[in-house]
Amino acid sequence: MQPRTRFGRCIVYGLLLGLSGLFLLPLLWLVSTSLKPIEQTMSLPPTWLPRVYYATIGDQRREVTLDHQLPDGRWQVIERSPTKMRTHALAQAIVPASAIEVRVKPRWENYRIALATMGGRSIEEAEGTVAARQTGYGRDTAVSFGTFLRNTLIVCLLGIVGAVLSNAIIAYGFAKIPWRGREAVFAVTLATMMIPFPVLMVPLYGVFKSLGWIGTLKPLWVPAFFGGAFNIFLMRQFFRTIPEELSEAARIDGCNEWQIFWRIILPLSKPVLAVVALFHFLWAWNDFLGPLLFLTRKHTFTLALALQNYQSQAGGVQWHHLMAASLVVILPIIVLFFLAQKTFIRGIATTGLRACFKSLNLS
Amino acid sequence: MTTREKRHLRNGLLFCAPWFIGLGLFTAYPVVASLFYSFCDYSVLQSPVWSGTENYRRMAGDTLFWLSLKNTIIYALLSLPAGMIVALSLALLLNTEVRGMPVFRTIFYLPSIVPMVASAMLWLWIFNGQFGLLNWALLPILDLFGLKPPGWLGDPTWAKPALALMSLWGVGNSMVIHLAGLQNVPKELYEAAEIDGAGTWRRFWHVTLPMISPVLYFNLIMGIIGSLQVFATVFVMTGGADGAPARSTLFYALYLFSVSFYDLRMGYGCAMAWVLFILIVALTVVATKLTEKRVHYAT
Repeated sequence: MQPRTRFGRCIVYGLLLGLSGLFLLPLLWLVSTSLKPIEQTMSLPPTWLPRVYYATIGDQRREVTLDHQLPDGRWQVIERSPTKMRTHALAQAIVPASAIEVRVKPRWENYRIALATMGGRSIEEAEGTVAARQTGYGRDTAVSFGTFLRNTLIVCLLGIVGAVLSNAIIAYGFAKIPWRGREAVFAVTLATMMIPFPVLMVPLYGVFKSLGWIGTLKPLWVPAFFGGAFNIFLMRQFFRTIPEELSEAARIDGCNEWQIFWRIILPLSKPVLAVVALFHFLWAWNDFLGPLLFLTRKHTFTLALALQNYQSQAGGVQWHHLMAASLVVILPIIVLFFLAQKTFIRGIATTGLRACFKSLNLS
Repeated sequence: MTTREKRHLRNGLLFCAPWFIGLGLFTAYPVVASLFYSFCDYSVLQSPVWSGTENYRRMAGDTLFWLSLKNTIIYALLSLPAGMIVALSLALLLNTEVRGMPVFRTIFYLPSIVPMVASAMLWLWIFNGQFGLLNWALLPILDLFGLKPPGWLGDPTWAKPALALMSLWGVGNSMVIHLAGLQNVPKELYEAAEIDGAGTWRRFWHVTLPMISPVLYFNLIMGIIGSLQVFATVFVMTGGADGAPARSTLFYALYLFSVSFYDLRMGYGCAMAWVLFILIVALTVVATKLTEKRVHYAT
């Protein structure tokens, strides 16, 4: 609809701008916090830009933190040092406000420290001021971010290969081959979408336990190789729109079913394959309950679980590091979104919607 | 059966073979086993011992079960209507033809793809009672009325509203579905209504709403199913499955999880899962019956 009057257009723009500001604010806050030194995350009123303060203590110009303001307007400043942690070892001074130099400067090292401490190292270990703990729990207390990333990528990529391949093969069987009993089996397939995960949770745990998969990444990607009801449905709908004449022509040329599937149908189905791959990636990257149930040791954690673990172990003060780690988990998804925006929109707005509709109105 | 039919059957079964394994191993067996366990004493460490309807009877007297159900329903009543209204309003705004629309659509959609654990982390920080962004923004307004800002996730009364508020940030998905519904409404209907003298409000009430009623219905059902099973965000934000503070966020899925995997009372957990399943089916049926006459399918 087109707003008719200029006044109407102004209102629409005003609302759009205001609301998009509101929706972006949390993300800006995330970025802002992730680039601040710890004491600025806890300043009141909160500031949006990370700053660095310099002042002269003794005869040396140093980076300082503002401790508190005295009644006469001067500031008690403390030297800022990443290596000296205890307060009494740090140089202090009282300086007039005009003698403090302020610069806006993002603290990029938050990211380095967050990623280094995410696996359980202490900040001192990450800074290199204390030697890393070697043995004992060794492997479990200090896992690097790289391990979490690798685990997540294994789950995502193997899962994508499995989901795309298996669902395409299965959907071909449902869409293009008229076998007896097909409709009944397909109805059962759709009905399984109604089953909530908690119903399956406990027996699935039992299945994976008897396979010896608990504590490994296998429960998170192997099932993808055996199809999923929704993706089968999505691909079946797409395959049915491909004219039967193409298959017939190939058949006359002597192709068997597999060759028709592999050489004719699959190359024509790239859009739906992309949708399935993209949504599987998103789902696997975000999945929290699966890893929580099936992963037991830290060196097998995925990023989602590792992030939660980091928060619950590092406690509630290291907000700048938590936000930095969160952003690192978010960023690949946002980049992917901008790279694959068309696939996204197609996935949700058209295929996804129509698919869900039809599945709800089976009768 | 002709040879052709036999060949089709063989090929069809071969192509669908992976699904038969998957369906059997990861769905059919778990469903049957779960139903069986729900009548048993079972922990994954020992084999199940038949206990009849004991689990279900115990549920009726379990105060935590009822509390978790109550918490979940309150949360659903807070988040579901608010979410539907916000999603529809945003979709209506995005459906106007003004310039820059793709940018706005992207901005509103973006939060819904943020990984759940990460957005939970972010909102934990925003809700922080002392240094959080939200309370800082609210402070000047509340000060006018002499009120103190709530402690949000630290306060049993405000924890559920906080979670519902946060869920509004992620309405992008249902917004896009609403938007697709709005864009499918034929323009001629609006033109006809206008010729008949219908104003903006009546066009919305008598044209837009009936035409997008299938979308509303779909979002309602998905919303019910989703809000009854809310788990990950709450688990992350309240530091585990015990529903802190003071069990005010002990939701159904959290209690089910802690019963099954902390207490290892997996038979009871399965019974709870089946009650949830039945509840979802019942609510879906009720919602369908209530909206049946108002949901209008164009084709």
